[in-house]
Amino acid sequence: MSAVQEALPAVRSSRDATVRRFALTDAIFHATTRAAAILVLVLLGGVAISLFAGSWQALSTFGFSFLTSESWNPVTEKFGALAPIYGTIITSAIAILIAVPLGIGIAIFLTELCPRPLRRPIGMAVELLAGIPSIIYGIWGLFVLAPFLQTTVQPFIISVFHGIPGLNGLFAGPPYGIGLLTSAMILAIMILPFITSITKDVFDTVPSVLKESAYGIGCTTWEVTRRVVIPYTRIGIMGGIMLALGRALGETMAVTFVIGNAHRISTSLFAPATTISATIANEFTEAVGDLYTSSLVALGLILFVITFLILAIARYMLMRIDARTGA
Amino acid sequence: MSTAASLHQSRKRKNGVMMTLCVISAGIGLAWLALILGALLYKGLAGVSLSVFTEMTPPPGDAGGLLNAIYGSIVMTILGIIVGTPIGVLAGTYMAEYGRFSKLTTVVRFINDILLSAPSIIIGLFVYELMVRPMGHFSAIAGAVALAILVIPVVVRTTEDMLNLVPNALREAGTAIGAPRWVVIRSVAYRAALSGIVTGILLAIARISGETAPLLFTALNNQFWSSNLNAPMASLPVTIFQFALSPYEEWQQLAWTGALIITLTVLALSIFARSLTGRREDK
Repeated sequence: MSAVQEALPAVRSSRDATVRRFALTDAIFHATTRAAAILVLVLLGGVAISLFAGSWQALSTFGFSFLTSESWNPVTEKFGALAPIYGTIITSAIAILIAVPLGIGIAIFLTELCPRPLRRPIGMAVELLAGIPSIIYGIWGLFVLAPFLQTTVQPFIISVFHGIPGLNGLFAGPPYGIGLLTSAMILAIMILPFITSITKDVFDTVPSVLKESAYGIGCTTWEVTRRVVIPYTRIGIMGGIMLALGRALGETMAVTFVIGNAHRISTSLFAPATTISATIANEFTEAVGDLYTSSLVALGLILFVITFLILAIARYMLMRIDARTGA
Repeated sequence: MSTAASLHQSRKRKNGVMMTLCVISAGIGLAWLALILGALLYKGLAGVSLSVFTEMTPPPGDAGGLLNAIYGSIVMTILGIIVGTPIGVLAGTYMAEYGRFSKLTTVVRFINDILLSAPSIIIGLFVYELMVRPMGHFSAIAGAVALAILVIPVVVRTTEDMLNLVPNALREAGTAIGAPRWVVIRSVAYRAALSGIVTGILLAIARISGETAPLLFTALNNQFWSSNLNAPMASLPVTIFQFALSPYEEWQQLAWTGALIITLTVLALSIFARSLTGRREDK
């Protein structure tokens, strides 16, 4: 009895010590994880600040004309970003035009038409292909697609549209093989698995009751897709397209191989051109002089701002559809 | 009656046309991707031999292998994973455990999603400004840091998602027997989410092992064997880039073989990663 009473304070103090130690270690772990989370924010902030600092020299030298000038001359040190911006936007836009209908078509095929045993394997294959490094698409574009386009497709298109005013400027020769259209096609095949898997995922969020009631009143599969599934998932599809656009705009390796790296704006889709990321990849390590390097970093800053905006809109849209399915 | 019948016919016809277009688009997509993989296998396999794995990258017009490039890729990938994974797992832990309902988590999730799909060449520029310029030279360390920055968002995302799937009853049971929160996280939540977190790390490895753009002006390239982390180091993707754009046939062949090696590695990693979580879902 008395022995227990004597032992009590010791037990209590050792218990207190344990609780204190627990509280301390927990606080440390809490602070560590919080610091790691904040580091993610710091990273993005650091990217923005370092790009801005690195491009300051170019931006202060050329001012607003950096965005509107087409000249890119390392010898006279006159730099303007218009040609790369033009190439980036045109290739991405064409890629989206090719990939979106194809991707949505494949998603409809997978959710409505595909025999059930094939669904999982094809879905898996699509997702695996989304993970293939872009340099693979680039090397294929350079050695397989570009020669094929150069020898067969492009001469044919050029001869067909030769006499048609308006279109003959769009498809003007000579057939280089590499150029805007080839890059856009490579980008399209690269973002295709991406669009397909996101569209398929949002199609799966449509409640079956909605689809079944539409089928119940006699709708065809196309009518169910067009009138029920697509309106219901519109925001999600748009988010997926924006996400794919963000990828296409920033894609480097797939484009660098087949764009031709020519700093000029040409109306012909067959002409060699350049994009922001291809210019940086091609010229950065060879750039001599601070102004040249700074101009390339400024290109990076422009790309960063464009993709940041697009990705932010995309994420916002996808968050909205997530919130709805969660509710 | 006849108008109703013709309407029915035209609706059916329209359905048929649209569904055929969907099947055709699936056919085009799959055929296109099959063409790419087929060409890769055909051209890549032609150059596979033991010397690819035992010899250094050759000078122009000479035979050789890819040993130093493969070594450099492995070293920088491992370093990137070692640096990036702990940060990613800890940040994901904060978002799913301590700060599940905090404002910070919402912001970090948004920013992390943007980092996840940010152009990797931008990350390369960032690390150039951050490390290469102050240090005055290209280095394998800078390359590894660039890869680590690409690892973080992938790991953050999967860690958070997987920890959110752990039932709260498990955590409550741990807390009820007096374990402090971090012990509950370590011994209960991590253990329950382990396969998911490992999947995230594997997917991160798959992602960075093919990345070229962030290495171009951080690790640069090196034609010779180098294990010095403070010097430029060769990597498989950058070597492929350089060799594919060269006019030399031997180099182009090595580029195809290297591309095949990368693709097979990435596919194997992703399939392995998916099989880890796939098993869990089936249970």
